[in-house]
Amino acid sequence: MSKKSLQFLLAAFVACLPLVGIANTTADSTVVATEVVADQHADSAHETEEFNATQLINSHIGDSHEFHVADWDGHPISFYLPVILWTNSGLEIFSSENFHHDNTGHHVAEINGQQFVRNNEVIFYKDKYDALTVEEQGKGAFNFDARPLNFSITKNVFSMFLSAIIMLLLFLAVARSYKKNSKAPKGIAGFLEPLITFVRDDIARPNIGEKKYAKFMPYLLTIFFFIWINNLIGLVPFFPFSSNLTGNIYFTFVMAFITFIVTTLSGNKDYWGHIFNTPGVPVWLAPIMIPVEIIGMLTKPFALMIRLFANITAGHIIILSLFSLIFIFQTVAVSPISGAFVLFMMVLEMLVAALQAYIFTLLSALFIGQAVAEHDHH
Amino acid sequence: MNFTSPESLIFWTTTVFIIFFLLLKKFAWKPILGAVKSREESINNALQSAEAARREMQDLTATNERILQEARMERDAMLKEAREMREKMIADSKNDAQAEGARMIEQAKLAINAEKNAAMSELKAQVSTLSLEIAEKLLKTELANKDSQKQLVEKMLGDVTLN
Repeated sequence: MSKKSLQFLLAAFVACLPLVGIANTTADSTVVATEVVADQHADSAHETEEFNATQLINSHIGDSHEFHVADWDGHPISFYLPVILWTNSGLEIFSSENFHHDNTGHHVAEINGQQFVRNNEVIFYKDKYDALTVEEQGKGAFNFDARPLNFSITKNVFSMFLSAIIMLLLFLAVARSYKKNSKAPKGIAGFLEPLITFVRDDIARPNIGEKKYAKFMPYLLTIFFFIWINNLIGLVPFFPFSSNLTGNIYFTFVMAFITFIVTTLSGNKDYWGHIFNTPGVPVWLAPIMIPVEIIGMLTKPFALMIRLFANITAGHIIILSLFSLIFIFQTVAVSPISGAFVLFMMVLEMLVAALQAYIFTLLSALFIGQAVAEHDHH
Repeated sequence: MNFTSPESLIFWTTTVFIIFFLLLKKFAWKPILGAVKSREESINNALQSAEAARREMQDLTATNERILQEARMERDAMLKEAREMREKMIADSKNDAQAEGARMIEQAKLAINAEKNAAMSELKAQVSTLSLEIAEKLLKTELANKDSQKQLVEKMLGDVTLN
């Protein structure tokens, strides 16, 4: 009985955390002011701009150059991450503090004689930025003329380092525990071993086959735990977690691309034979079949990329939207309802976090299995 | 969502993932998978040897049972043999005794016969001596007067004529 109520309290605590974490985590002070307004039952609404839920949500699911921790007395407290730029005149490394929280292209950061501005988390050269139209200024991610190459440790990169460190510590501890203890697993090993054997017995073995699965086990285990841990980190709504790494399409692109590379490199004669000379298809159909098969090669990792990105991002958007309801209605009376919904969504997202990691790993194993399968020749 | 510079995350993800993968592969997955596998093997081996031991135990029990059975049978056989031997001995001795007895009786009989014969012959001799003496005495007395002698002779002669 007491255990249940403890679990409930814990769940309620987790559900309430976003009130502190997510709702505050925004770079500009608009929302902070709005929040104050909401607390005062909107009697001084004229003081602030209208609450913009889209902007709030976008800033949360996107990447950023600084890690917003909390707001104190109207001022954001941030963990400033390093900005690493490959400019026309060489490498520049400086703190993101130099932008003074500006994300609209107004504040100029002057570093070693070069001037940079930041608009919507994209860093431009000041002179080239001024020459752009307003629309171009807002969408500069692929405008490599107007901006330096950016290798900054952003919030997502920071979170990735964090997850890698957590996982290294975790699994090296597990590995060490096996060296000492050759009997039944204890502690962390006892918790993680079922997951490892799950990946082996339910993902790798049935999809890749008894003979070849062992070679791909390290890769499958790595992506399973990497995606899962990062999904979970994304659900924890406070510093140093709360990033949306696995809901970032660049990240899922890299993961899917690595699966594509692994699949392609491990493809055997039958795999390539099916692509370039599909058995049972007349030769004159080859001009149609070969492009179709090559598209088929690419759609598989493409689906992987989109699935993970969409699932995680959608979860974050739903949770943030439920919180935004409080600010849209400008009353605390909504908060129990949206809190309850958020609690439900958080629990669901916990499931989704594991499920998406599982699906990504399962499909990777399936694609690898198709590439290494020995077909019977009819 | 705001699309920040793609090259940052792509570069770092690739780098971090590859290094992370290699580190984990060398220092975590290999020992972990190896340990899990070897433990599974050792569990399987242990189960197999337990099964073998169980079977051996069964065999042993069966052997014991068999030996016990044999011992029991042997004991029964020995007891039977002993009983038979005893009976045979009793029977034999009985026979011997009987035979001896019979022989002794036969001897006794023979001795008795011999004694009887001897006694008879002695008796006969004595009887004849006595008879003679008696007859002599009788004759003496009988034939003491002349009449009786004459009577006798007559009688005897009468007998002879009758024949």
